[in-house]
Amino acid sequence: MSQALQHLFGIGQLSREQIEYLIDMGESFVELSRRPIKKAPTLRGKTVINLFFENSTRTRTSFEIAGKRLSADVINISASTSATSKGESLLDTGETLAAMQPHVLVIRHSLAGTCEFLADFLPHTSIVNAGDGAHEHPTQILTDLLTLKTQADGYQGKTVTIVGDIAHSRVARSHLLAAQKLGYKIRLVAPKTLLPSHVRQYGCEVFHDFDAAIPGSDVLYMLRVQSERLTDNCAFPSIREYHEAYGLNRKRLAQAGDNCVVMHPGPMNRGVEIASDVADSARSRILDQVEHGVAIRMAVLTALCGAAPEPEKLSPKKEKAAAAMQAQGKLL
Amino acid sequence: MADIIYDKAAVGAALDRMALAIRSQGNDIALIGIERGGARVADAVQQRLERAGCMVVRGNLDISFYRDDLDTIGSNPEVRPSHMPFDVSGRTVWLVDDVLYTGRTIRAALGEVFDYGRPDAVRLCVLLDRGGRQLPIAADVAGLMHAADAGCSVKLVTEDVSENDWHIEQRRVRA
Repeated sequence: MSQALQHLFGIGQLSREQIEYLIDMGESFVELSRRPIKKAPTLRGKTVINLFFENSTRTRTSFEIAGKRLSADVINISASTSATSKGESLLDTGETLAAMQPHVLVIRHSLAGTCEFLADFLPHTSIVNAGDGAHEHPTQILTDLLTLKTQADGYQGKTVTIVGDIAHSRVARSHLLAAQKLGYKIRLVAPKTLLPSHVRQYGCEVFHDFDAAIPGSDVLYMLRVQSERLTDNCAFPSIREYHEAYGLNRKRLAQAGDNCVVMHPGPMNRGVEIASDVADSARSRILDQVEHGVAIRMAVLTALCGAAPEPEKLSPKKEKAAAAMQAQGKLL
Repeated sequence: MADIIYDKAAVGAALDRMALAIRSQGNDIALIGIERGGARVADAVQQRLERAGCMVVRGNLDISFYRDDLDTIGSNPEVRPSHMPFDVSGRTVWLVDDVLYTGRTIRAALGEVFDYGRPDAVRLCVLLDRGGRQLPIAADVAGLMHAADAGCSVKLVTEDVSENDWHIEQRRVRA
């Protein structure tokens, strides 16, 4: 059975089988990046456009490397160099790029739902969400799951303790959705100012005291304090105080079980959410996450570029949009 | 309804012949099995070669990402990592597969082997050649020959049976 996807908006849209399929395929791509010649012809003749309205070096680079290692042609567009800075609307930018016939558009935007919005108007382009506001970031969570699978002996029945700026974290949200589908447990640790009250609906445990959450954790997943989104500066008194209460230091790590590993989606703020020696310790899986990120993005691009879904699987809305576009003579 | 066209004795004898033919070209041997069936066959051939005192290095290839039918059949739901623990550059390597049919798998495997380095020579050893080639590819060693028509699927059955009970079955899939 083929598991072809048309778009990847979020972990919420995927079934357990689809998630496991992408993780398994990602696992087999890890080896490709360790070869002397890091290139396979899988996506030869495909075009991937990275459209980033928000800055992101690692996600963009990771998508770019993933596409290039599979022989796709990859083009990067950032908001500062795109026509949006000249006043073009999001929809016009999307339609203009789609008219150049790429197979995949990888989009990062500060607003949740950007990808779904564009997908309704671009029936012939697959869209990957590379982070939309505080909503979802599916390739990051898939990356984390691959790291859990290979470096922490699987995710089934494990307890993943996510610490820090939950309020602004799309990764935390994606983990809450994935945990329910894949059968692992989530503990959230944050000051009340960084923890939205709605998270309890996902059936996770909530802690305000980091030390109480450590025993029994299989993974300590540290989140970056997103100072660029903390505009009013009143979430916590000072960086130093935050580090005291919610930073992972050697003393805290010593309270964790022997097999407990440390993860972080990056970029890290050493000395804020994670102490430098912990980030560099043998428990850290942070660089494995980066390596797995490339492999997962290869898997996602391959799944999206695989056999196209049957026309009847298009949503009625998309069919309408497609018909409208055809009527306007926009398509060949 | 599947017919057994070669039973365990015929498969065992074919594996013996394949090992003998490979051994006749030297005692220092590099075998690369093509996932999944070819990897099983390579295991069986390797055991025979090692019993005969040959030095064998082994790799496995999953050619899913080198196929030419991503657009028509989509990505393979069951992929395994390729594994090449030795340097292929400058040596003769044997590709091993279970059933040779159109030649497309071998074409993809050749592409992948050359992404690991530049072998001196690549030779092809298959358990069964069923004819029907669509590409200019031929086996150097074929354990068994069987002309099957295009409406049939021919496969080596290794699942749920021990190596001693491997057999090859043919099944009509379309008229």
